[in-house]
Amino acid sequence: MAQEDITRHRYTNGKPNLRRFHQAKWDEPIIFELSCEGQRGILVPEIEEEVKEQVGDVLADLPGYMRRKEPPGLPELSQPQVLRHYVRLSQENLGADLNVEIGQGTCTMKYSPKVNDQLAGHPKLADLHPLQDEETVQGILEIMFRFEQILKEISGMDRFSLQPAAGSAAIYANVSMIRAYHESRGEAGQRDEVITTIFSHPSNAACAQTAGYKVITLYPDEDGYPDLDALKAAVSERTAALMITNPEDTGIFNPRIEEFVSVVHDAGGLCAYDQANANGILGITRAKDAGFDLCHFNLHKTFSSPHGCGGPGAGAGGVTKELERFLPVPVIAFDGERYSLDYERPDSVGKLRPFYGYVPVVLRAYAWVMSLGAEGLREVAEIAVLNNNYLLKKMLEIPGVSAPYAKGKRRIEQARYSWEELAQETGIHSEELGVRAADFGVHYWTSHHPFVVPEPCTLEPTESCSKDDLDEYVGVLAHVAEEARTDPELVRTAPHNSTVHTIDHSPLDDPSQGAMTWRAYLKKIGRKTE
Amino acid sequence: MVMDKKLGLIVNPIAGIGGRVGLKGSDGAEVQRKALKLGAVRQSLNRAIRALERIEPVDDLEIVTYPGEMGEDAARACGFAPTVIGSIIPGGTTREDTISAAREMLELGVDLLLFAGGDGTARDIYNATGERMVVLGIPAGVKIHSAVHAINPVSAGNLAGSYLQGRTSALREAEVMDVDEEAFRQGFVSAKLYGCLRVPFQRRWLQGRKAPSSPGEQAAMVAIAADVVSRMADDWLYVIGPGTTTRAITARLGLDKTLVGVDVIRAERREGKEAWLGELAAADVNESQLLALLGGRKAKIVVTPIGGQGYIFGRGNQQISPDVLATVGKDNVIVVSTSAKIHSLGGRPLLVDTGDRAVDSMLSGYTNVVSGYNERIVYKVSYC
Repeated sequence: MAQEDITRHRYTNGKPNLRRFHQAKWDEPIIFELSCEGQRGILVPEIEEEVKEQVGDVLADLPGYMRRKEPPGLPELSQPQVLRHYVRLSQENLGADLNVEIGQGTCTMKYSPKVNDQLAGHPKLADLHPLQDEETVQGILEIMFRFEQILKEISGMDRFSLQPAAGSAAIYANVSMIRAYHESRGEAGQRDEVITTIFSHPSNAACAQTAGYKVITLYPDEDGYPDLDALKAAVSERTAALMITNPEDTGIFNPRIEEFVSVVHDAGGLCAYDQANANGILGITRAKDAGFDLCHFNLHKTFSSPHGCGGPGAGAGGVTKELERFLPVPVIAFDGERYSLDYERPDSVGKLRPFYGYVPVVLRAYAWVMSLGAEGLREVAEIAVLNNNYLLKKMLEIPGVSAPYAKGKRRIEQARYSWEELAQETGIHSEELGVRAADFGVHYWTSHHPFVVPEPCTLEPTESCSKDDLDEYVGVLAHVAEEARTDPELVRTAPHNSTVHTIDHSPLDDPSQGAMTWRAYLKKIGRKTE
Repeated sequence: MVMDKKLGLIVNPIAGIGGRVGLKGSDGAEVQRKALKLGAVRQSLNRAIRALERIEPVDDLEIVTYPGEMGEDAARACGFAPTVIGSIIPGGTTREDTISAAREMLELGVDLLLFAGGDGTARDIYNATGERMVVLGIPAGVKIHSAVHAINPVSAGNLAGSYLQGRTSALREAEVMDVDEEAFRQGFVSAKLYGCLRVPFQRRWLQGRKAPSSPGEQAAMVAIAADVVSRMADDWLYVIGPGTTTRAITARLGLDKTLVGVDVIRAERREGKEAWLGELAAADVNESQLLALLGGRKAKIVVTPIGGQGYIFGRGNQQISPDVLATVGKDNVIVVSTSAKIHSLGGRPLLVDTGDRAVDSMLSGYTNVVSGYNERIVYKVSYC
């Protein structure tokens, strides 16, 4: 089929067609409110008399303090009610399998091949029990060992842990190892500061804080790059580590990264590389070659396993030989014949997750890498960067949009844009543009709070998007920006084709109003838990 | 939609007339005459109309306003039938009219006071009502340093409508700033904090360069205060500069603070505990009182930058003079700021302008800004 036949339905006179889209809307309560006492999804049959006689009271051995006094406050529903509930909720989402997923920059929302989900769900993996004897799980241990060798090659690091539950868990593991390293040298008390940059992932600052470190944040220099002079002013004998992302969330690659690392090393600190944004540098640069001591990857970002909501993510933390003894347990060992889980590591920072960690995620990531090969991985990076820079050029053609910092320079795999000019002109803000974009079936994100770039949006197309996808996405944003000028009311009152209408966001910023669980919510509004 | 709400409306007809003709402000009768002679156009009416157009004229929304150019014209132009109170001399309104209008609206119990004007108008309303009324500014002045204004008239109208309909419920405390216009005309920007007004908060309409103080930012101030207080040294004096960020520190110690002045507190360690007592050594001090207090004592200075401008010394806190700074020394200066306020500088450095080049130079370079509990920002300080 000729190219024009394939794309005919997506363009009119060279301009991308916008989708006519309307989302399902259900007035669906949350599942706890659907609960009705006595309803059941499954009725467990009574145990036969002869079985009872044989087994006796199976609960007799359970100590009293471990028995609940009351049944747990779980929702009581029938199976079809549960099914309807979740299918309805899924229809009210603009999920990664539904839209041209470019708008959630920094998250590397690439396509997750479905065949890898089938592998992860295959009985050969799903029916394994984590307490099985190692002799009987050699296959999965071999896959984990092999995947570690692949990560070593990609990063240059000497040893990896596949224990972390996700990116932040991996960063937290890295902070823990940094502290263990300084403790081993008798400097843990003195070195109580971690340095990061404002456009690194906020997890670096948050994890260092959680681990008890004082966090020092650097801002960009006049050219928009991480400020080397500020780093020199910040390092001292109190510096425990530099923990940064590169390229940063602006998509800008720090051209002086080796100097950053050596300034920190000279002061006696370690350098940890947050490689959550690794999609543009696979096979091109390596953490160890730039002098880093630790790094981590998000298997649910760069390595295509679905993100948290699609089944757990996983992080992989890598270190140099010098830090190897601090890695979380267990690490995967291979003596040339048998694979095993090595727990005998006295200097380890300890255990992060139960048993092996998130094995299905590792399997998906391994399958993804094996389907590409080394050349394929490099091509992933090249296409991701090419896609992003095509998008950058098209975005900057829209009046009212800019890409602050390092003006005129290309970006790596993502870019943070600013709609400040459009907002000043029309009074329509970035969040409002994003809500209107949902009317055309695409998802859009601004940036972390508080906004550093005014009126931000952060786009990351990955290698999964075709040129047509990119044109469609930019076409939607160009159209919405035009509406902001010609019919701002239409944008302000959006979404019109979507489920949830404008909500008051201010409580999101107010810790006194937040609740992390249903029970905490009930407590906060003064209702007792049932 | 049932509203049953009262909206107060004040248009300062002379706000902003100095700007287009290059007079840097509109305070003072002579400047206003000069501006009109130079062909100045009254901007505030149009800006008020652009805001009011965003609010639907429904039956249960009552607009209370002053006659003619002070609000009635704008309200009628947008299809409202306002309740008109007070009286004015057309073409000859003064700041007293703004003050009495705000007072009367406070008494009438308006749900929201929407005003079109600049920093001077905000100051007049603050003087008339304090924090007893919820207000919102339609930016229509030459100088907009206060955080009580929306970013443009359309956003002001949107936010006012959303608040009246109950779709926006959060309120924030916003600083009322104004510059000394006489100094401004001489080429100096000298902003000063005058107080705080309560303003509706809706993140998407206010997040911009002029970073407002959101509920999250209140939490950040509490965290900053916790950090500063936890590091206080026994029997040292703490010179606390103006602002809401520094006020959070004295509040943590259970002390009152002169919001727009400089206070001095003495820290005292509570026996056997990681907690601190403070006592007020002196409130609202001037330079000579400060120097007398500091003589021979160990002291630290705590200041916060002016949002959007970045001055940490030489603006609004001149009591902390070059002599005071030289006595205390750079190492004993603690700069505190929420990260949002640092972002509002748009990458520009923090500034010092104490009037003494040696002291300015001593204070410049990179400094640690306390931005939360156990959080620092390393940021550049420059001088002119």
